Amino acid sequence: MLRLEKRPNPSRFWNYATPVLAVVLTMVAGGLMFALLGKNPVEAIRTIFWDPLFGEFAWYFRGQLLVKAGPLILIAVGLSLGFRAGIWNIGAEGQYMMGAIFGAAAGLALYPADNRLIFPLMVVAGALGGWIWAMIPAILRTRFRTNEILVSLLLVYVAQSILASMALGALRNPEGGGFPGSRNLSQWASSANPELIAGTGMHWGVVAAFASVIAAYILLQRHILGFQIRLAGQAPRAARFAGVSPNRLVLLCMGISGALAGLAGLFEVTGPAGQISIDFAQGYGFTAIIVAFLGRLNPVGILLAGLLMALTYVGGDNASTNLGLPAASIQAFQGMLLFFLLAVDLLSNYRIRPSRKEAA
Amino acid sequence: MDRRTLLASAASGLALSLAGGRVAMAQAKDKVKVGFVYVGPIGDGGWSFQHNEGRLAVEKEFGDRVETIYQESVPEGSDAERVLTQMALAGCDIIFTTSFGYMDATNNVAAKFPNVKFEHCTGFKREHPNVATYNARFYEGRAVCGTIAGLMTKSNKIGYIGSYPIPEVIQGINSSFIHARKVNPDVSISVVWAYTWFDPAKEADAAKALIEQGVDVILAHTDSTAPLAEAAKTPGVVGFGQASDMANYKPSPRVSSIIDNWAPYYVKRVGMVLDGTWESTDAWEGIGGGEVLIGEITEAVPAEVKAKAMEVHDAIGAGTYHPFTGPLNKQDGSVWLAEGETAADADLLGMNFYVEGISGEIPK
Repeated sequence: MLRLEKRPNPSRFWNYATPVLAVVLTMVAGGLMFALLGKNPVEAIRTIFWDPLFGEFAWYFRGQLLVKAGPLILIAVGLSLGFRAGIWNIGAEGQYMMGAIFGAAAGLALYPADNRLIFPLMVVAGALGGWIWAMIPAILRTRFRTNEILVSLLLVYVAQSILASMALGALRNPEGGGFPGSRNLSQWASSANPELIAGTGMHWGVVAAFASVIAAYILLQRHILGFQIRLAGQAPRAARFAGVSPNRLVLLCMGISGALAGLAGLFEVTGPAGQISIDFAQGYGFTAIIVAFLGRLNPVGILLAGLLMALTYVGGDNASTNLGLPAASIQAFQGMLLFFLLAVDLLSNYRIRPSRKEAA
Repeated sequence: MDRRTLLASAASGLALSLAGGRVAMAQAKDKVKVGFVYVGPIGDGGWSFQHNEGRLAVEKEFGDRVETIYQESVPEGSDAERVLTQMALAGCDIIFTTSFGYMDATNNVAAKFPNVKFEHCTGFKREHPNVATYNARFYEGRAVCGTIAGLMTKSNKIGYIGSYPIPEVIQGINSSFIHARKVNPDVSISVVWAYTWFDPAKEADAAKALIEQGVDVILAHTDSTAPLAEAAKTPGVVGFGQASDMANYKPSPRVSSIIDNWAPYYVKRVGMVLDGTWESTDAWEGIGGGEVLIGEITEAVPAEVKAKAMEVHDAIGAGTYHPFTGPLNKQDGSVWLAEGETAADADLLGMNFYVEGISGEIPK
């Protein structure tokens, strides 16, 4: 039999090289899968990874990469702070929905006023919505020691039900002929979050995502809170001796990640998605967890990981349409990325040894 | 069309739409590329499966003169806009968007590609001359199933699994109930909302809840076979195939089915693009136009019940009978349709009330 033995000093080189290796392995295994499906693997991989960046219509798809990566990065940066400190907010998807609902509700309450302050108000309401939703598991943990993983995850399903009831009830477009869905926020000037420069895909959510990367970088490198977060994750006991309050850290990390997820939802509902609808949430909050780990919980890493993840979505859709690949094979391809990352991670932190027979 | 001229036409399309959205002259084509956007996986039955059957019928009809591409499981929202743009850039001449949630995305992308035709299923917005809408009168099929349900129930309780409380679903509930009541004055209907179009586990739970209430005929407006599988566990409970025929459950519990048949419409519209005669329309066909089919009524149904159901079917198909014909009252007892009056399409498209006799409220 084999057993795993923790490496005393994991290699610094492999810490950075494993994500790249995981991508390469994904390409190889994915190519094999596409070949088994009877498609040209080289063409499939090229369509996914190359065409959106440098192909004929790259002028369109590059912008779409930003649109897709923006919310992923914004959410993942928030999550990474908590993950570093051992605080597991798994419910960003719910906070994302609540941000969108709060923000949209704040704006629609003022419909059809024409005022430049409406959008900033919605942004604040969106962050607040996400923050409140994250405070529920945070307070339950600090007061009653409940497990924030379960509570935050289950609140996603509560948020999903609230979203559906909003789309069918309170926020339904009164001029929508009885169909579910709110007014289109991207078509009302006061609430719209359009492309800042046409064709680039840059909207306020993408700007916020970049800003969050910079802010998180500074926080972790230069600020005492960043130090406390890192300390709490690496040596919880030492952190307590150093005067770090675990409860305060839970409230802060959950609050920041919830607010950022709420912002992502708000920017999405006012921009690319346009309206509160039953199917508004498309799993950004869950995918962001993968992005956070793929990016090594490092802000710059998350930026790159978010763009890579967006590439697999945009390129994957491209391959699916133009090469006739089944949607499930694209999802399997994305799943391989996480699988290989975890696998090579394991091997960079542990080594495999044949297990000796222990004497009784 | 090669890719270079395509790019040029996309660019000039943008320029044109900026210049005020002139419409390109209609002209016949030798070959067209057709795109389909599906909301779910094609799978082995249900809504997207039926649209894909329509795509295959187009390929069969026109052979080398068409090329079709499709994308499964496209989320409604920003992704839809990107996928539509991607299809237009890939050279599609006509694109069918097969779910309600693609409405705004379809119109937004249509504005940028005035030379590409867009057909949106179940929506009502046609903001540009290159956008058409289409739907099917499913409530006509419900009238036939409702008739069977009313005659087949022994407990006088029929159940309905609703997806979302939107007009199309409410039409189906009302139509089923009206026709069940017509042949069985003692019948009552229980509605359970699943809040999903496709979720076998939730649909099974809904069916179970209905059966526990004593329901012995189940109608569903959700796509999976789970309600039939659930019905199969209890002797005496029957149901209907929904969207697809669901023939695996024949002869019982599946006693008949209501089938979405998009093939005639797709073949007709793609043909119009080939001929250069396509124009923006709002199509809403039913049994008469062949878009709604009633699947084989099995031997589990007595012959006189089958005859009664086919009578309703044939009258609707011939256009001599409208499923919503007065006298009909709303749930609160107020008059909706007077004796002999038939419902206007506009009323149906915004239907947000139950007819008299149905208890319970539509969730708001």
